[in-house]
Amino acid sequence: MADVNLTVDGKKVTVPAGTLLIEACRAAGIEVPAFCYYPGLSLCGACRMCMVRIEKMPKLQTACTTPVGEGMTVHTETPEIAQARKATVELLLGNHPLDCPVCDAGGECELQDMTFKYGAPTSQYVEIKQHREEQQWSPVVYFDRPRCIMCYRCVRVCGEGMDVWALGVQNRGAGSVIAPNRQDHLDCEECGMCIDICPVGALTSDTYRYKTRPWEMNHVATVCTHCGDGCKTTLGVRRADDGMEIVRGDNRDKSGINEDFLCIKGRYAFDFANHPDRLTKPLIRQADGSFATATWEQALELAAKKLKEVRDTKGPDAIGVIGSNRTTNEENYLLQKFARTVLGTNNIDHHRTADYVSFVRALAGKADRAASLRDAGTAPAILLLGNDPTEQHPALAWALRTNVRLNKAKLFLVNTSDIKLRRQAKAFLHIPEGGYADAVRFLGSNDANFHGIEGAADFRDALRAEPKLLILFGSEFRGHDIDALVSFGLSLPDARFACLADYANSRGAADMGLLPDLLPGYRPVAAPGPFAEEYPNLPQKPGKDLIEMFDAAERGELGALYVVGANPVERYNVDPASLKNTFVIVQEMFLTETAQIADVVLPAANLYEKGGSVTNNYGDLQLVKKAGDRAGVRSDLELIVRIADRMGAKPQQLVPFGRGLRADTGQSRGAQSGEADRHSIWLASRQIEPKVSPFDPYAVLDEIARLVPGYDVERMNLLAGNDVRTKLVSIEPAASTTRRDLVLPAQDALFTSGTLGRYSAKLAEVHESHRKSPAEAAAD
Amino acid sequence: MSPEMNSVPNTIFSPELAARFDKLVTLYPARRSALIPMLLYAQDEVGAVNDAVIAEIAQRIGITELDVRNVISYYSLLHTKPHGKFHVQVCTNISCMLRGGNEMLAHCKEKLGIGNKETTPDGIFSLEEVECIGACCWAPAVQVNYDFHDNLTTEKMDAVLENYRQKAGKS
Amino acid sequence: MPELVSHPEEVKVISRRWGQGAADIDKYIELGGYAALRKCIEQGPEWVINEMKTSGLRGRGGAGFPTGMKWSFVPKQSEKPKYVLVNGDESEPGTCKDHLIFLHDPHSVIEGTMIAGLAIGAKVGFIYLRGEYRYLIEIMERALAQCYERGILGKNIFGTGFDFDALSHTGAGAYEVGEESALMESLEGKRGVPRIKPPFPAVVGLYGGPTVINNAETIASVPFIIEMGGAAYAKLGTERNGGTRLFGISGKVNRPGVYELPMGYNLKKMIYEVAGGIPNGKALKAVVPGGASCPILRADEIDVGMDFDQMGKAGTMLGSAGVVVLDETVSIVEFALRTIKFYQHESCGWCIPCREGTDWLKKTMTRFYEGYGTTKDIDNMRYLAENMLGRTFCPLGDAAAMPMIGFFKKFRDEFEEYIRANPSAPESQALVELVGA
Repeated sequence: MADVNLTVDGKKVTVPAGTLLIEACRAAGIEVPAFCYYPGLSLCGACRMCMVRIEKMPKLQTACTTPVGEGMTVHTETPEIAQARKATVELLLGNHPLDCPVCDAGGECELQDMTFKYGAPTSQYVEIKQHREEQQWSPVVYFDRPRCIMCYRCVRVCGEGMDVWALGVQNRGAGSVIAPNRQDHLDCEECGMCIDICPVGALTSDTYRYKTRPWEMNHVATVCTHCGDGCKTTLGVRRADDGMEIVRGDNRDKSGINEDFLCIKGRYAFDFANHPDRLTKPLIRQADGSFATATWEQALELAAKKLKEVRDTKGPDAIGVIGSNRTTNEENYLLQKFARTVLGTNNIDHHRTADYVSFVRALAGKADRAASLRDAGTAPAILLLGNDPTEQHPALAWALRTNVRLNKAKLFLVNTSDIKLRRQAKAFLHIPEGGYADAVRFLGSNDANFHGIEGAADFRDALRAEPKLLILFGSEFRGHDIDALVSFGLSLPDARFACLADYANSRGAADMGLLPDLLPGYRPVAAPGPFAEEYPNLPQKPGKDLIEMFDAAERGELGALYVVGANPVERYNVDPASLKNTFVIVQEMFLTETAQIADVVLPAANLYEKGGSVTNNYGDLQLVKKAGDRAGVRSDLELIVRIADRMGAKPQQLVPFGRGLRADTGQSRGAQSGEADRHSIWLASRQIEPKVSPFDPYAVLDEIARLVPGYDVERMNLLAGNDVRTKLVSIEPAASTTRRDLVLPAQDALFTSGTLGRYSAKLAEVHESHRKSPAEAAAD
Repeated sequence: MSPEMNSVPNTIFSPELAARFDKLVTLYPARRSALIPMLLYAQDEVGAVNDAVIAEIAQRIGITELDVRNVISYYSLLHTKPHGKFHVQVCTNISCMLRGGNEMLAHCKEKLGIGNKETTPDGIFSLEEVECIGACCWAPAVQVNYDFHDNLTTEKMDAVLENYRQKAGKS
Repeated sequence: MPELVSHPEEVKVISRRWGQGAADIDKYIELGGYAALRKCIEQGPEWVINEMKTSGLRGRGGAGFPTGMKWSFVPKQSEKPKYVLVNGDESEPGTCKDHLIFLHDPHSVIEGTMIAGLAIGAKVGFIYLRGEYRYLIEIMERALAQCYERGILGKNIFGTGFDFDALSHTGAGAYEVGEESALMESLEGKRGVPRIKPPFPAVVGLYGGPTVINNAETIASVPFIIEMGGAAYAKLGTERNGGTRLFGISGKVNRPGVYELPMGYNLKKMIYEVAGGIPNGKALKAVVPGGASCPILRADEIDVGMDFDQMGKAGTMLGSAGVVVLDETVSIVEFALRTIKFYQHESCGWCIPCREGTDWLKKTMTRFYEGYGTTKDIDNMRYLAENMLGRTFCPLGDAAAMPMIGFFKKFRDEFEEYIRANPSAPESQALVELVGA
């Protein structure tokens, strides 16, 4: 359809046909106020704030329900309109309580904003306001009816957006209320979308209620530390006695990949950072087996001494290094560089929650076939095999639901369980347990029958007819299963792929080479390419994977184990006794099962307390910013550098800092000068300033950008807070397959999140309340 | 019109009503259209739209209980708590007001000894002041359950009430 | 059962069968019923719509939209099925005319529905009655059953290949549901909240398909119009206001009742001749001419013809033609309070101006009525009502605001007198200071 031309406040505006007048105005830079209108949700026309004067129409019209018309002449600010808006605000303030001094929304309240803009400073009414008592509807949600302006945003976002439908409207007239689905409480996903979308303080959260005022906080936009979607979350921090305390999380900054969405974890599960059990003093195991607190000096000295001792007496192969799924790319990169160049070992691994190695190998040479999370919101057709995004990747679920709802995207589901997303599915192939490989084989075949399942052939035929398909799969697919799936996908006209893992930086852990046989960027250690020059004494034989490390420990062959931000003892059910001959160093926030059997425990910062970058499941790279701060903890990056330093390694070799550009390029070939030149030249060519501190994560990011294929991204865009695509790299097909049992999905759901979840009081509370009364699924 | 009929095992309704409901959902292009009639007829039999009624109707229609409650709370004739056996609805809107509607209400309050939206202790009568019931030209008018009583005087009203009291005594 | 009244001035078109047991199909047919339907089937949809346009029939529910024009808006082709929906939600205070149609001549509603269906290409009609009209629903159900038994509803009616199904449907107590889009919401099993327009029901209506919604009296008029011919019907009324209609006269009159009179009949004559004037020798004070939503007319304003256009010119509306007569004994203050109480109770609550506006108007009027009012209150209430007008999601807001504005404008002296006659109670002195005298 053709574009439409109209005039708004004397400005000529041209927009596509079907555009709502309010959006056309916004496109022209004219802000039309609205409470009930919310882009992406159904229209209401209830608040009457967006009334505008359209010439030739007798009454004022609501801009939010009026599509643009050719030749329309619109006025958005006239005395008549100002009076209409003022009257609306007056009427809202009539029954509205004078809670501003204590209400959470004070200072960020749309009703306050409208009152300031349109007047209504005095009330004409002396009669008693409608009043109801405040109610707590769930561990997270509080409702204050007197503050509610009945804009219905919460009802719509809970229903249309979240597909939970836990909120409704009851009664009639001035007695109307927002009501929860269990009469006096909510049974829902506790995402908090309703709270953030509420323009006033009618819906507030238990985590933030009455805690502080918005202007007392600094707001830091960073990336959520929980799942692999990589949602942007904004943390409100406030000075506390022992650092900066995170007091609130929300999604006021909607510029992230997650756009409007945030789940309970991103919003409320920051409280693990404030848990009283946080380690704030290094611990050293005593002769009698107990822990004693120690100084940093003592702890770091001991750790370094022991690592050096084991390396030099038993050999590098007697040392194991286990990295983390929730540390930054810089820390991951540094850890494997430390292991390979200082410890001299390739015994490096991490808790794998998906098989990225096989995924990257399967897509070798087809970098353009890797999908971004954004594609989930725009692809015309999506095939999802396995996983349960509603529980494990809520932002993905949101993107899929929104795509189906607004763009009529077609969702094809293949799953062994009746997952909630089937409600949005165009077709759902419910397969028997363990049947994923078989299902892929069927999809690529011309068989008429698949386990006697009705409609299976139709499912396949409809799928194959899709010109553009986004294929998402969970950790049920490993090794050759991934090859088969990618092979099938590549047989279709235009397919893109994404592999779903758990935890905030699983992809980053793999991309940065926390693997025994692969360097950063999936380059085999046996054929290191440019890394041979960059990493002095790089061992070229693949090392032990995580399970092999523990097997070696059991045989008494592992002299030392360095664990950063991981809990393998609990996850992989390792017998603590098997580590009795291993010197274990653990960097962690809490005394987890692994920390409990360590010889040295170093208190570490979490992802909200450091800067750096993380990569989501899809290869979207984003910066994390330091929000909280805790006295007594240090970032993992700093600790790695300090240990290396005390082992006698040169920090400049580990982290490229402090060098300026030397005029004599390409000259002397000494080990130090060549490397510095190379890096400095690269920095200069990108107009990036050299970094001055060995603890600066951006110094490491510089090297990552220089050396890791796919990570040389637009720095300005990244610094602006945007997500930037990394490019998928090719690796030679001869790389090893991954043992199936190395991949251990987290099996997290909405209210659990590995170690972080255990220490989040709010998640624990919600988890407990849901365990007691199992959720009722919304009926079709 | 959708062809499927489904019975609900362990229905709380009488066999006749359950059969009526089984049929009702098939009469409309969308099942949900049967909701309000179903609620009203269920209320007629059970006495109120209580939790059990809500649960079964939600199941029959295929919507959530929240949805059902949202609808119930909107409509004046639907109530979740029982009324008296005979619910006396006195109109006091403009046409009835001009012909003694307020006095009729006051009279009923006094006669029955209860106030607006209350029930007599013996459970026979309940009283409600209502909006226009559509008998304006025969005002003042009162509705008892679904029966219309028009062109009333307080004496006639007393006779009407006595009649209902007798009926209550017999059953 | 309410008694039937009549008056020689009546022109009994749609009420001609009343009181003769025409609820029974045999009687109905004996008195000429279903002949119009046959004729329509023969002549076809375009002929029917033309007749309706010629007749000048305008919606009898209150809005007065030309019926023929409304039917012509329904697209010929439609992917989704089309429907006829009869609005029998009659809840406008002062209105009880459809009550008598359902009681005495339900088949005329059925026949009118079928003719409308034929005209627009619908195969299904819903006859929605308010929940309080249970006994009338039962009568309608019997009438429908009779039609099915005789093959007048169902497949291949009269062997002509015309199919039509109709069913009755009960409401559950809500005035707002009388608004056509709220009516559809209610029929679809939801809260009676209106829909955003456009799209209008003729294009997107019930279950998303094109729907014609007509008031019961409008629909009941259809077979009679076909019978006598559109032109003849039109002649009975005034220009652009064809035919006769049912006027329900209530309040302070000697002979309250529903009378069928030509469109344009003089209001004064209606009150004094047809309805027998004011009882007990009292003087007429005011008239609400078309149901509670219409601005009040003073005694000196009632010399006006009762059709849509003349009433519009007189600054009020014909509405549902529920004529409520007030005499000198009636307190306008009390009357205004009762009026706003009604709208506050019935507001669906969707939009701010109506939900909050009716609430504050009611609260202020209550305080005023109880004797704690000031002259500033009158101004405040008028300001409030004027700021509701034209700003709400549906006409209920206007229906609440316009009458109140009418009271304040035309009877301000009575409000002021009320204040003088009811000195504020001592406790309210602070109130007076707060509000301002």
